[in-house]
Amino acid sequence: MQENDVPQDEALFDGKKEVCYAVDESGRYVLAESAGWEPANIANLQAWEVIHADITAVLARVRAGEVSPLAYHMARHQMDAKLLAGYAGLFAWQVRRHMNPGPFGKLKPARLECYATILKTTVEELCRIPSD
Amino acid sequence: MNQVFPHRQTAHCESGVIANLATYHGFPISEAMAFGIGGGLFFGYLPFIRINGLPLTTFRTTPGSIFNRVTKRLGIGVERRTFQHEERAMAELDRQLAKGIPVGMQTGVYWLPYFPPALRFHFNAHNLVAYGKNGTDYLISDPVLGEPVVCAAADLARARFARGALAPKGKMYWVTSVPKELDLAPAIRKGIREVCRLMISVPFPLIGTRGIRYLANQVERWPAKLGDRRAILYLGNLIRMQEEIGTGGGGFRFIFAAFLQEAAEVLGDKRYLEMSHRMTAIGDLWRDFAVAGARHCKGRSGAGENFGDLAQILRRCAEQEHALFTELATLVRER
Repeated sequence: MQENDVPQDEALFDGKKEVCYAVDESGRYVLAESAGWEPANIANLQAWEVIHADITAVLARVRAGEVSPLAYHMARHQMDAKLLAGYAGLFAWQVRRHMNPGPFGKLKPARLECYATILKTTVEELCRIPSD
Repeated sequence: MNQVFPHRQTAHCESGVIANLATYHGFPISEAMAFGIGGGLFFGYLPFIRINGLPLTTFRTTPGSIFNRVTKRLGIGVERRTFQHEERAMAELDRQLAKGIPVGMQTGVYWLPYFPPALRFHFNAHNLVAYGKNGTDYLISDPVLGEPVVCAAADLARARFARGALAPKGKMYWVTSVPKELDLAPAIRKGIREVCRLMISVPFPLIGTRGIRYLANQVERWPAKLGDRRAILYLGNLIRMQEEIGTGGGGFRFIFAAFLQEAAEVLGDKRYLEMSHRMTAIGDLWRDFAVAGARHCKGRSGAGENFGDLAQILRRCAEQEHALFTELATLVRER
């Protein structure tokens, strides 16, 4: 890659720049700032579209009463049952069980508190069916 | 206990941390040099390891191995610790910082508040350096950012104890001793030999240049096997692994080319420069693959363009890399 070919395709990095390696006119490698590169941006955007589609799908299921609001907050944090179980010190099957509305409703306050802390939310938020 | 730390923005976090730490301790080496000596370049397509349900493709060696090899090959003494408990991990960090020692850490990126939101995935093999403390906040030199940043203790603790694949378990490391002078030449040779071995001589079909060929065959079959939607997700994921922040472009191929250029100077051998130019051309070829692949993801591929063409680009990468590493392996054996 030549130094003057370093792509400057604005990405979703809040205006932050990344550095990449490019060759200057004399053939020497230099570190060049790049604002982003279109193909990488497309791939990144695609990954986020998948996450957002997942959140929307889970939200619909929460509203339909098929899963508990916990599932929505997990989707929001890109977490599956195994990952959340790792943070909470539980088994994945326990978390999976809490994703059902019935068992979720019977959770003790301490457990809810624990989930809320991990998911950076409050117990009220965690128990409410998200409106947005 | 606050101090100055020679923060430099680098393309890749692990080699960047090594280069910055070594520079702090009086041995200014570049990121590319650290990457090369650590034998960082690699290829592996490991479909049995899934990340968010997508097969793992890697262009670098396993996290932590670059650091381990560089310090060993340069004779830099390092102390490493992992922890069970957050409080102990943070207390140990404070203790080292109080002594004025900058500390490298492995963290997850998801909980780092200063990280651009668009890059916050559950990725746990990030590296950064803490070099001081301001009240309860830590002064952080994160090599993928332009400037040092400040991070609250609670956020840092969370990032150090991120869970999931490659969980860092509060891992921290710091330099305990440095050699009188750096002897780069033998370390460079070892690094090159190792990369050559991993790329062309490992009898396992999923890694090295054989892995690239295997991937090419798979890519060709994706649309039939997975359907168009999944095929495009797989392709997008592959491009992300190759080009997203931390690779320096072209799946680390450009960083390695920069290393070969420096190696030519240190070893006083023009032929490495020639190798560097060829490596650059291979990096450009990988970039071509990303461009063509991204067109597919956007649904803008032209008439007659299909996954077979993408596979052809990959086969060209494999062929050229195989030729290059074969020659490089012979060259590095000469004295």
